[in-house]
Amino acid sequence: MKYSYFPGCSLKGLGRAYEESLLPVMRHLGVELEELEDWNCCGATAYMSVDEAQAGVLAARNLALAERAGPHDLLTPCSACYLVLNKTQHNMADFPDIRERIHRALQSARLTYTGRTRVRHPLDILVHDVGLDVIKEKVVRPLKGLKVAPYYGCQVVRPYSTFDDAWNPTTMDRLLATLGAEVVHYPLKTKCCGGSLTGTLPEAGLRMCYILLKEAVRRGADVIATICPLCQFNMDAYHDQIDRRWGPTRIAVVYFTQLMGLAFGFSPRELGLHRNFIPMKELPAEVGKT
Amino acid sequence: MMEIKRTIKYEADRVRGFAQEIMSVSGCEQLKSCIQCGTCSGTCPLSIYMDFSPRQVMALVRADFKNEVLSSRTVWLCASCYACTVECPRQIRITDIMYALKQRAIKEGVYPKRFPIPILAKEFSRMVRSKGRITETLLVMRLFLKANWRAVFQSWRLGLGLIRTGRFVARHERIERREELARMLDAAANNNGAATRP
Repeated sequence: MKYSYFPGCSLKGLGRAYEESLLPVMRHLGVELEELEDWNCCGATAYMSVDEAQAGVLAARNLALAERAGPHDLLTPCSACYLVLNKTQHNMADFPDIRERIHRALQSARLTYTGRTRVRHPLDILVHDVGLDVIKEKVVRPLKGLKVAPYYGCQVVRPYSTFDDAWNPTTMDRLLATLGAEVVHYPLKTKCCGGSLTGTLPEAGLRMCYILLKEAVRRGADVIATICPLCQFNMDAYHDQIDRRWGPTRIAVVYFTQLMGLAFGFSPRELGLHRNFIPMKELPAEVGKT
Repeated sequence: MMEIKRTIKYEADRVRGFAQEIMSVSGCEQLKSCIQCGTCSGTCPLSIYMDFSPRQVMALVRADFKNEVLSSRTVWLCASCYACTVECPRQIRITDIMYALKQRAIKEGVYPKRFPIPILAKEFSRMVRSKGRITETLLVMRLFLKANWRAVFQSWRLGLGLIRTGRFVARHERIERREELARMLDAAANNNGAATRP
């Protein structure tokens, strides 16, 4: 099983623990990833606020590089990248003016994009290509007794709902249950964390994170599992500011791939868990016992 | 003397053709069928901070009140969570309309002054254009210097935490073929008179 891999800027920066846990977990499952050569920033929400045509070109260059690399699907772990690449594909398919403008820009670099490469999220690949039964076989340390709140955020499920529901996705819930964890009912699983508002408008951004953290604590979760580098950063790195404003809501926020790695027997350090501001608590005593 | 403010709009406050301009943007055509139900405002997690609710923005755009929407905080508070777009019973892509408004506010320089969100968008696009990639820690420092230099000092704990956890990147990430990327971005701009060079 082979995929092209588009890490995105966050996985080389603030979200490097996502890459540090994704790569060994995928290798362990026999999934081969080949990083896209000379990939560029997807543009995220910020570039689209400045110029839509150029934002489309940023995404399309990566899609064209993936198509040139081979017939494989493009694994895209970051939610913002996932949305922008998908959106550009939709826009190119639906609107001739956008398609033509992007094609002309690609031609100036002797690149082409026919729309063949599929953009895939690791959750989608793990549950639908690899399969939960295969994942279950690799679990050597079931996360028994660990209560996990599954948090998906916005941009993987909205607006396109490519592989899961827009409001009540369950792919990660099923994956976590396969690892032996106890999945906490968490109705805020697709409520927005505020994105970059934590930095630009803390009053609004931090409150949105506070609501997410408080609700997970109230429902008895030991840890929040996330699939997005910006969600992880917002809900982890601003803990002290959130505590100061609204009272203590200490709970670790980790990538779902880190929990997979723990269940597969990797050490916390091999999975980048030492990069958390709020460290994960000791695993419950039952963990590993079948 | 007490200052008074007119709360009712006059015909003369409209900018004729603005609604048509927005509705001719690819993906924004459906705006004409808005029934003003307010589902967008109800699903929006940020509408409580907005000067106009998303529903009001839709009405203002359709009625040609260009200056009011382009200088509003509402368009910048939209965090692109797409809740409204998914829920709209008329399939209006509200998030994309917000993008069309943001692009015009930046192009015409009418976004609210000293508001950090459009400044972040501009600095972000500048960094992508010159390096091909974003180095988040350097981007945030540039934002703070431009928008609110005091924030640099207020965020020292955050910065130290990032250094401690090995997440602070102090050297620019960059791609190899930066010229190729710049050429492509120029090609996109040249083919569209409305596109801007950040």
